[in-house]
Amino acid sequence: MDYSEKVIDHYTNPRNVGEIEDASGVGKVGNPVCGDIMKIYIKVENNIITDVKFKTFGCGAAIATSSISTELIKGLPIEKALELKNGDVVDKLDGLPPVKIHCSLLAEEAIHEAIADYYRKEGKMSEEEIIKKCNLKHHHDACPHKLKG
Amino acid sequence: MKNIYFDNAATTRIDDNVLKKMLPYLKENYGNASAIYKLGKESHYAIEEVRNIVAETFNCNKDEIYFTSGGSESDNTALKGIAYANKDKGKHIITSKIEHPAILETCKQLSKDGFDITYLSVDENGIVDLDELESSIREDTILISIMFANNEIGTIEPIEKIGKIAHEHGIYFHTDAVQAVGTIKIDVEKMNIDSLSLSAHKFHGPKGIGVLYMRKGIKFNPLISGGHQEKSKRAGTENVASIVGLGEALRISYETLDEKNKKIKELRDYYFKEVEKRIPYIKINGDLKNRLPGNANISFRFIEGEGLLLNLDNVGICASSGSACTSGSLAPSHVLLAIGLPHEIAHGSLRISIGKYNTKEEVDYLIESLVEIVERLRNMSPLYEEFMEENK
Repeated sequence: MDYSEKVIDHYTNPRNVGEIEDASGVGKVGNPVCGDIMKIYIKVENNIITDVKFKTFGCGAAIATSSISTELIKGLPIEKALELKNGDVVDKLDGLPPVKIHCSLLAEEAIHEAIADYYRKEGKMSEEEIIKKCNLKHHHDACPHKLKG
Repeated sequence: MKNIYFDNAATTRIDDNVLKKMLPYLKENYGNASAIYKLGKESHYAIEEVRNIVAETFNCNKDEIYFTSGGSESDNTALKGIAYANKDKGKHIITSKIEHPAILETCKQLSKDGFDITYLSVDENGIVDLDELESSIREDTILISIMFANNEIGTIEPIEKIGKIAHEHGIYFHTDAVQAVGTIKIDVEKMNIDSLSLSAHKFHGPKGIGVLYMRKGIKFNPLISGGHQEKSKRAGTENVASIVGLGEALRISYETLDEKNKKIKELRDYYFKEVEKRIPYIKINGDLKNRLPGNANISFRFIEGEGLLLNLDNVGICASSGSACTSGSLAPSHVLLAIGLPHEIAHGSLRISIGKYNTKEEVDYLIESLVEIVERLRNMSPLYEEFMEENK
């Protein structure tokens, strides 16, 4: 597998591994069929993501994208975190092999799910509004292997 | 960093004696074996000597031995060669779900060309269902192809029984013996085998050379047409050096077979025992009794195979896995799915294949490394976290 130095660094020494006991929001995406599951915990104070932790079941790329995503959103206001695209994750990692790009999509979705969870707990928006604001797609629910059953 | 090599099922290190025997044929003995002059004749004799060695090893005739570029070519030739030459007799072929892609992809191609393929199921240990085999046989079945031993989980199939069933119905029986040759004694007469594929680089020979055994009397079309080499069944100037290497590797493998297997099996069983003792939530994949002595395929629950391999690579250990990420596709090993493993268990599999050069120190180092890596990856895993929560 042709991984960049950055990717190797992030899966060898992943940053922010763990859980947050009283998390403001938790996002879990992926499924065992695809072999990638990411769980992201965020702590939000005054609209800023003050802490992020992750747990991932997946390959080197999955661990690396989780790790770097947590670094990228830590300290950001929620709205800015929502702007993070999988392309940014790939760039920050100095690229990913084409067959691994879907791991970066997973990271983007996990963050969105965590933020959506925060909004749901906050209770100020409707589910529809949350889905729209967080751009919730279900990439891995539509995993071709899951559909094949 | 030194390589601690535990991927002998993928390929093996060439034996020094094999390399020594090959070198003259890469240097001063470069004659084309088809040439009329002495330099060419010497190449020809070297090839024929190996043909004899191979025939003797498997108890067949030297006229039934063809040199190919390896296991994939032998498999392709056996299946396509027999299928196309016998299609007036029938177009049904029986194989198994756990074959190597060289068989499965060839069958896929044949089915696009009007052949009907039955893929037999296997039980949770990877043993082919013999009842299903019997009931799948039809009037128009022309070939049964079942691998001798599986490359991923090491399971050894009941080859002699399968051959007997094939012959009772007058059907040709081919076996992809790529993983078994050099480790298991094979007598094609006794075992009712009509055709067999083998590849030198699996038993400490060079890469790029193999054999197709094809019983006399079986019509088969050549895969590669051209010159008259291999009785016009496989054209191309012979790879003399590699053929010589194959012969020497084969001879060496069977010379010290029992002693070699005993040592390998001891190391493998020790690895199983230690891992079972020190790492919880694991599953050994494959038949525990009918198994290649060096194969150790274990699923580690809650973690993923590529992550395991990369971490092992960081400490110099070479191994392989049945996870999707290492297969290059998005599906995990078809073998592990065929034996009924749930996806996430298949994704967490690690295949260690011990060979004649491995030592106990290396196995100890592997075990220590694994204990640490598995713990670290589990601490990173949402599946492990959830399991621990549920089982507090």
